Amino acid sequence: MRVEQIAVFLENKSGRLAEIAEILAEAGINIRALSVADTADFGILRLIVDKVSEAEAALRAGGFTVGKTNVIAVEVPDKTGGLAMVLKAIRETGLNVEYMYAFVNKTGENAVLIFRFDEMDRAIEALQAEGFTILRSSQIYNL
Amino acid sequence: MTTQYWQEEIETLPRPGLESIQLTRLRKVVERVFRTVEPYRRKMKEAGITPEHITSLDDLALLPFTLKDDLRQNYPFGMFTVDMSEVVRVHASSGTTGKPTVVGYTRADIELWADLMARALVCGGATTGDMVHNAYGYGLFTGGLGAHYGAEKLGATVIPVSGGNTKRQITIMVDFRSTVLLSTPSYALNLADAMAEMGIDPESLALRVGIFGAEPWSESMRTEVERKLSIKAVDIYGLSEVIGPGVAMECLDSSGGMHVFEDHFLPEIIDPVTGAVLPPGEKGELVFTALTKEAFPVIRYRTKDICRLFYETCRCGRTLVRMDKVTGRSDDMLIIRGVNVFPSQIEHVLVGTDGVEPHYRIIVEREGALDKMTVEVEVSDSLFSDEIKELEQLRRRITHDIKDILGVTCRVQLVNPRSITRSEGKAQRVIDRRHI
Repeated sequence: MRVEQIAVFLENKSGRLAEIAEILAEAGINIRALSVADTADFGILRLIVDKVSEAEAALRAGGFTVGKTNVIAVEVPDKTGGLAMVLKAIRETGLNVEYMYAFVNKTGENAVLIFRFDEMDRAIEALQAEGFTILRSSQIYNL
Repeated sequence: MTTQYWQEEIETLPRPGLESIQLTRLRKVVERVFRTVEPYRRKMKEAGITPEHITSLDDLALLPFTLKDDLRQNYPFGMFTVDMSEVVRVHASSGTTGKPTVVGYTRADIELWADLMARALVCGGATTGDMVHNAYGYGLFTGGLGAHYGAEKLGATVIPVSGGNTKRQITIMVDFRSTVLLSTPSYALNLADAMAEMGIDPESLALRVGIFGAEPWSESMRTEVERKLSIKAVDIYGLSEVIGPGVAMECLDSSGGMHVFEDHFLPEIIDPVTGAVLPPGEKGELVFTALTKEAFPVIRYRTKDICRLFYETCRCGRTLVRMDKVTGRSDDMLIIRGVNVFPSQIEHVLVGTDGVEPHYRIIVEREGALDKMTVEVEVSDSLFSDEIKELEQLRRRITHDIKDILGVTCRVQLVNPRSITRSEGKAQRVIDRRHI
């Protein structure tokens, strides 16, 4: 039920993102979703890709610091109130969202919400109990 | 175990007696260099000083310093006090930062050196019965021959194995039953690793003591080499400009630090910026005056080595002042907002922080009238987190620890691993962009 996400340390220098994109392109890796978190001094790039280990190896070889984290991907209908529904359910369980980002899948019917919680197992249980669709890794890598 | 001395009387002489000997010798040597060495005479005249001004040890502070540059300018033999016909040997420094500096010895200087080196060996626990494995390089470098003559003078058996050819060294060490190892500490670790590869158990060796010097080494390195070779490791200090090895030596039953052979080499600690003499116990640049050498007696020679001197009597009974391990070089010292900062202090903080690579770069800039220091630190995979707050915490911890040790606030900048250029030889740790 968990999806592997790659996190890359970003120095505060121009051209870093472009460099990462090039490395991934050369390695034939497709980016499904991404988000950048930044402070004044550094940033973290979070990526969902189709080939996780290849991406990790390519970035390491390119001199980047890379980490892998588990996240949860929740699928909701792409319509008004979709995100609100999920967040309401989460609020009621008292779970903490460390971070989240979202993208819309190719057909445009559904949105995928990527979550990182402080308590991942409890979050999966709670979301499933509320009837939300949690995507498996194979589903999301091949979206 | 009772302490062994080479020259008990002088090594345990109460300070008043020692200082009286120092003053007599100081006056003689100052008079001699003034008379025979033009560069010394010129500098003293410029400072308005003649040998008659030296009436107490405190008057030493009146004399001008001698810098490595003075030796270079008078390359090769311009600072010798005697005619070359009296010089029986020369040595030279490696000259990594310019022309080498050349030093000379008369027959009496060689005798003195051997005597002091024998004193150092005894201080470090060697006896006439020892098999001394001398792995310092023989040649222009003072280490090999200096230690060699000392060990012979002591009456031990010397193996002049010199540096290199590690496997042969180990075979000799096993077959000849070497008991005392003289080498750089890093070469000792090299030997230990090679032994492990050859399947030789260090416990099976006769090795008892390692006398290590010629490069800076830390306490953690001492623990490592003692464990790996199953020996007691002691520290020796010397530099060719003063005489070579045998300037200061740690004793086997040490309560810390190396005894400076100050009956021959008068030490001072100065503020590396102002040149002012600092009170006992304060950290600063070590300065030496060679009191008794004939051919090449340096006067107030600035070693650039940073350490402290402390005058408490040692457990071993020696009254000779002790210097602690050299913790840095004044040439890499930075002054940030009036505070003296050594890159080694920052390294110390980083080595103690989990997950941080000990590779760093210090960048100093000036914004308005204020110095700003940035420390770039490499983030390793093991330390990396995908959460901003954890990286921020790490950054705050390093900033806090540096502030704690240096008393200076800096900005810590996390950078990619291997993005800081690795040193080949001398590390480029500091970039000073201030234009003062």
